[in-house]
Amino acid sequence: MWNVFDLLQYQFMQNAFIAGSIVAIMASAVGYFVILRGLTFAGHELGYIGFAGAAGAVLLGIDPVFGLLVFTIGSAIGMGILGKEVRERDIAIGIIAMLGLGLGVLFLALYTGYAEQAYSILFGTIVGISRADVLVTALASIVVGSILLVIFRPLLFSSLDEEMAEARGVPVRMLSILFLVLVAMVVSISVQIIGVLLIFTLLIGPSATASRLVQSPARAILLGMVLGLLYTWLGIVIAAYSNWPVSFCIATLSFGVYLPVRLLSPLWSGRRRGEATNAANKARTDAQKSLAEAEKV
Amino acid sequence: MAQEPVIELENVSISLGGRPILRDINLTIEKGEFVVVLGPNGAGKSTLLKMLLGLLHPNSGTIRVLGKTPRRGNPSIGYAPQHRVLESDLALRARDLVGFGLDGNRWGTGWPSRKRDALIDQALDEVQARSFADAPIGQLSGGEQQRLLIAQALLTNPQLLLLDEPLSNLDIARQQDIVELVTQVCRSRNVAVLLVAHDVNPLVSVVDRVLYLANGHSAIGTPSEVVTSATLTKLYGTPVEVVRAMDRIFVVGVEV
Repeated sequence: MWNVFDLLQYQFMQNAFIAGSIVAIMASAVGYFVILRGLTFAGHELGYIGFAGAAGAVLLGIDPVFGLLVFTIGSAIGMGILGKEVRERDIAIGIIAMLGLGLGVLFLALYTGYAEQAYSILFGTIVGISRADVLVTALASIVVGSILLVIFRPLLFSSLDEEMAEARGVPVRMLSILFLVLVAMVVSISVQIIGVLLIFTLLIGPSATASRLVQSPARAILLGMVLGLLYTWLGIVIAAYSNWPVSFCIATLSFGVYLPVRLLSPLWSGRRRGEATNAANKARTDAQKSLAEAEKV
Repeated sequence: MAQEPVIELENVSISLGGRPILRDINLTIEKGEFVVVLGPNGAGKSTLLKMLLGLLHPNSGTIRVLGKTPRRGNPSIGYAPQHRVLESDLALRARDLVGFGLDGNRWGTGWPSRKRDALIDQALDEVQARSFADAPIGQLSGGEQQRLLIAQALLTNPQLLLLDEPLSNLDIARQQDIVELVTQVCRSRNVAVLLVAHDVNPLVSVVDRVLYLANGHSAIGTPSEVVTSATLTKLYGTPVEVVRAMDRIFVVGVEV
């Protein structure tokens, strides 16, 4: 009934699948660290700030991705410099994001061209992705991916505890700003598929689900990528055949899988906790037994 | 053959944000010494640790750690911060946390290796954390997390161990466990330990010396020399009474 191979005849579909796959992989990789570092709000708001850039770019007649990149990277550096006081920082980010959203609304109102392009910034698209977009997406993700591989260990370390990492010589401040720039780049390339409004579903959804299913960083990131790819591919296919917006399809899949995992995970984590306690107790009684044996001799 | 001191502070003063924290501090810590650092909040205990780690620099005076000026990322120093409440759905296992002590500061992703796993297992054994090595850290208790932080600090076989408030927010039994662990580590490895705490009681029978910081000044000596009404009154600059009752030491009259 639904023949994916028919879909892939169309170039715009090929573009959507390629760009979508790249985006899913990068968003999950970065998303793991976004959750770890408590930056989910900032990541989300970067989308809104970027919206102003995208809408401004459309108004100027250039590819929205460049507007997104400029605005999000600029804000990311600003956020990194603002530092760590979370509550203050979040208020500042929220206010700037609202300004961004407002400006974006203004730019779109001033724009007299194709409404489709404006619509797709907010909601994502499967029809509007060009070969050039795919190229930009691929290049950006090569940059982000390479940097992420290089900073992987110190980033993980400083995400857990900045003081400890700094004491061991990790340049935590630089990593913090650099990472936010990576998030900005990933948000920018994700907008074309998922739109500004639903960034969370690709950035956070797969990683949050994966983190509840497996425990090591490497496995959580890989599982997140697999989930992200599945949601994106299924989402595109469903969107193609049903005419529902692709971001809605992906969001529903992302949420639909997260919800049962979230509700059921205390069951298996409780069991793990119990196993750990039982193992510790057993070790203790074994030790006592051997001590008793030794004293008898 | 005299061994070089592990820590030497000569006339060290430091101010933070315009406020003087420590004034003209002089002290020496020898190899293998177990020292507890006491004092009220804001007295400079964490500041002292940060200076030893090369994260802060004194305004005047000299500090020498193992004969050299403190520098960041010195593998001869093991540092364990205070355990904190972590979210329960962090995908990070106990052995991952401990592994940071080995190579968390190196670039790249690293490669799984049996040798690396063996070193981590060894560290986990030393702190008796092997049984929960694969549990996610967010699900561990404060005491269990503190063990992991100590294990992490030991992986480079340091000559100096800095522990920042490892006993806080733990019940008495868990505090005793950690004190026993640290004592064991200190004596078996002959590593100097600086342990920051608020209460001397869990430690009074195991430490070699007490370093008391208050009011910008310091007093260092055995517990019976330092934790006295006379010494603390002089240190704090206000009347302090040290009361011994029911086998415990109480410091009355000031914040500890």
